[in-house]
Amino acid sequence: MTNSTLAVRAVSKNFSSHKAVDQVSFNLEPGERVALLGHNGAGKTTLFKMILGFLKRDDGDISVLSAAPGSNNARKATAYLPESVAFPAALTGEEILKFYARLKGQKPKEALPLLEKVGLTDAARRRVGTYSKGMRQRLGLAQALIGQPRLVLLDEPTTGLDPISRQNVYELIGELAQKGATVLLSSHALTELEARTDRILIMSRGKLVADDALSELRAQAGLPIRLKVWTKPDAVQEVADQLGGGRMNGRSVEFDCDFEEKVKALSAISALGNLVEDVDVHAPSLDDVYRHFSNAAQKEA
Amino acid sequence: MLSRVLTVAAQEIRIGIRNRWILLATVILAVFSLALALLGSAPAGTLGVDRLTITVASLASLSVYLVPLIALLLAFDAVCGEVERGTLLMTFSCPISRSEFLIGKALGHTLVLTFALVIGYGLTAGLLVVTGGGSMTGLIDFSRLIATSILLGICFLAIGYVLSSLTRQSGTAAAAAIAAWLLLVVLYDLALLGALVANPSGVFASDVFPYAVLLNPADAFRLFNLAALGASDLVGGMAGVSETLPFSPALALVSLLAFAAGLLSLSALLIRRMTP
Repeated sequence: MTNSTLAVRAVSKNFSSHKAVDQVSFNLEPGERVALLGHNGAGKTTLFKMILGFLKRDDGDISVLSAAPGSNNARKATAYLPESVAFPAALTGEEILKFYARLKGQKPKEALPLLEKVGLTDAARRRVGTYSKGMRQRLGLAQALIGQPRLVLLDEPTTGLDPISRQNVYELIGELAQKGATVLLSSHALTELEARTDRILIMSRGKLVADDALSELRAQAGLPIRLKVWTKPDAVQEVADQLGGGRMNGRSVEFDCDFEEKVKALSAISALGNLVEDVDVHAPSLDDVYRHFSNAAQKEA
Repeated sequence: MLSRVLTVAAQEIRIGIRNRWILLATVILAVFSLALALLGSAPAGTLGVDRLTITVASLASLSVYLVPLIALLLAFDAVCGEVERGTLLMTFSCPISRSEFLIGKALGHTLVLTFALVIGYGLTAGLLVVTGGGSMTGLIDFSRLIATSILLGICFLAIGYVLSSLTRQSGTAAAAAIAAWLLLVVLYDLALLGALVANPSGVFASDVFPYAVLLNPADAFRLFNLAALGASDLVGGMAGVSETLPFSPALALVSLLAFAAGLLSLSALLIRRMTP
């Protein structure tokens, strides 16, 4: 069909009570890091399960490296980390990694260095039952790195991880992408995705409502930049008048401006001289962008 | 294909060892069979029958209860437990077919069961041989008992897999497994007995009852073992079974084999259709 690692075309899935996935289409290319966002029940996991061939789609077409989802060729090239995994508590991390290496047709010994990559070297010979949630998640991630997967699907890989482990996860994802793998991950932790993904897909109620790079999505959303100006005592009213309004709270004035007027507004503030003590500039975060697209979709519905 | 089957089987055996499952099953079988052999062998002197053979007759009845129970406990969690824990999603996203997965599980569980039976019952046989109570025919009877117990175990492992693939929660599967055990091992026999007592000389007793026994793997197992014992009329609860049967006792063995194959195929079919 194409050179895309993953091609999803007008895919729909109905459950008895609702449309879980509704006419979703996108293509993922080699080396892309893509985040799939959506509220709980937006259809992310259902989409993952269709891509893996666990669920049959009602409509549309999916191809994984030009193979049918769930076919042997597709599975050989795909790695998957489910949302929550509880490995057999009686086995050690090393045993579990070797088990999955064998299932994937890899040499078990060659998979062991992956434990070092995810920071589990010291715990490798301990029972998984003694692992913390973060350690289990990292073991799951090590499993997804076995072999040379061309498509890596990660369902909320950073849930329950501390900030350093999260960073570690994104570093691993970056490495995978550099080797040409396509990484599709779903996440709730939006702010940490900034600068760590090349592209963002947003799902809402089964529909794909946004598909672009973050900067493009920002521009499309047209969300204002919020400026917060801290003033000298008693100068709040004066500053607010000079800047043409805004909300006053105690010693600060807040107002919104469009992206194009940002520099103009900042120079107006600096013209106020020593009436101003400090300025905070809040660019819309991924949270804001996400909320914008998600709300827009819900209003339409 | 073979390496993936063996990988799954090895994992099951490893879990069995770590969970002390193998140990527990072995100890249970050893304790019960030793108790039966030592306490129940008193009449052997007067009957002039090999003590091993007598023990085999009692152990056949013990196996009917214990082996299905152990097999169901090993198997009920095999599919739905992995669904609950999320590991099945992970395993099935690897290039392993569903049948390979199931065969691997069955192989692993069968080996666990085999180990427990050979060691547990073997201890008893060994003790009897050492104390001079066993002969060559007794040992053959004993081997037949262990081999058919394994076959019976496979039947109930497969019943466990079927129940496990049909339910989404391991709690439900556990309840269903207990119900299956009660139904097939206890209530089925009681119902047959009741019908026999109600009308001992009717059509049921002569034409239906023998075949009804074939339709339950637990009963087929008991029938085959007792009929195969040369001294069954002396030691068996079902005295002189083989002469009164309208068919050869080997048919009971065929029934066991058919149940094992049929139930395993059914569970393979179910697991292929399920969504993890």
